[in-house]
Amino acid sequence: MAEEKKDRIQTAANSGLDRREFFVRMGLGSLGIAAAGTAAFGYQFLSPNVLYEPSPVVNMGRPESYQLDSVTLDVDARIFVVHGNEGFFALNAVCTHLGCLTAWKPEIDTIACPCHGSKFTREGVKKEGPAPKPLPWLRMWLSEDGELMVDRSNEIPPSQFVRV
Amino acid sequence: MNTTLAKYFDELRGTRVWRSVFRGGTGSSTLHNSMAIQQNVFLHLLSTKVRKRMLEFNATWYLGTLTLGTFGILTITGILLMLYYHPSAPQAYADTKDLQFVVSSGQFLRNLHRWSAHAMVFLVFAHMFRVFYRGAYRPPREFNWVIGVVLLLITLLLSYTGYLLPWDQLAFWAITVGSNIASAVPVVGGKVRFLMLGGHFVNANALLRFYVLHCMILPLVALLFVAIHFWRIRKDGGLYARHSEPDVVMTTAPARPPL
Repeated sequence: MAEEKKDRIQTAANSGLDRREFFVRMGLGSLGIAAAGTAAFGYQFLSPNVLYEPSPVVNMGRPESYQLDSVTLDVDARIFVVHGNEGFFALNAVCTHLGCLTAWKPEIDTIACPCHGSKFTREGVKKEGPAPKPLPWLRMWLSEDGELMVDRSNEIPPSQFVRV
Repeated sequence: MNTTLAKYFDELRGTRVWRSVFRGGTGSSTLHNSMAIQQNVFLHLLSTKVRKRMLEFNATWYLGTLTLGTFGILTITGILLMLYYHPSAPQAYADTKDLQFVVSSGQFLRNLHRWSAHAMVFLVFAHMFRVFYRGAYRPPREFNWVIGVVLLLITLLLSYTGYLLPWDQLAFWAITVGSNIASAVPVVGGKVRFLMLGGHFVNANALLRFYVLHCMILPLVALLFVAIHFWRIRKDGGLYARHSEPDVVMTTAPARPPL
């Protein structure tokens, strides 16, 4: 019996893992798993699963309500509806610099950001200022009722117009 | 008169009730004096013994203590403001206005809170300048300098989170801009912003998160680091005073040949 035990101890010593070391590793491993679980739990808990935010799709009303050659800001939807000769298009009105709401300045034919002075053309192209990117174009279409719809979560390449 | 008062005080210190609270006992020996400090939970963070020349007056004295003082004012006024403030949109703005125009002394408390916050940021910087130009960041105090930098960051985060709480236009756009700066962090930036705001925009979730950070999490973390900061002052040999120590404490060779 004693011989057998001695052999076992010897075998364990040869493999570099005695009982104490085994339990230390088990303990540290368990703590590691618990820490990883806590991190995953914390991350998931802090990320809301349901957001009570407005829908990205907004109804911008009848096309006739927008005069030709006009740029209209909807403050709540945070988009510009532009009605030009080629047709309608929608621009995201949130400045690409740090997220301020831009405004249309008809007297200088410019979209301007009040926070840090970025300026854009009515097509969203940057003219000056710190904004790193142009204002994105957003997908726009006509609903079955003939109303202009905009999906604010769907950015599209420029120069795609809605003709009515 | 003074002698009589001192006699009464000595008697008071000898009473059973006093002794049950302050276990150091009466007496004025050095041992008693040090025990009076060592056995007091508030004073124990401070040095038991202070060099006389460190108490000499100079123009930039007590900047760290003043910072702690403003933190104390902010804690007290903040707790009082919490009694009238609901961290929900749009109620938060109405509560702020109520504090200004309806609540007795509300305007005073709100202003005291705001100006103390400004003062605290100023004092933290002044304190750091003094520590820097006096060379008090050098060994053995380099770790306490790092703790101080952490405390600076906590101070700025407290200011930033408090900025949203009035829920006015300035608050809304400042946090919009600030959270967009956070989203500039490579790879995880967008996620950081999402977790910070609890959504894609500055809205009710963001207000509640900033409120909890401002009133609970950040002050507790600050308190923990302040405790470590003060404890390190003791462990590192007290406050740094000019001419009280050699220029560089931990050198491998003597700075000048021994006389």
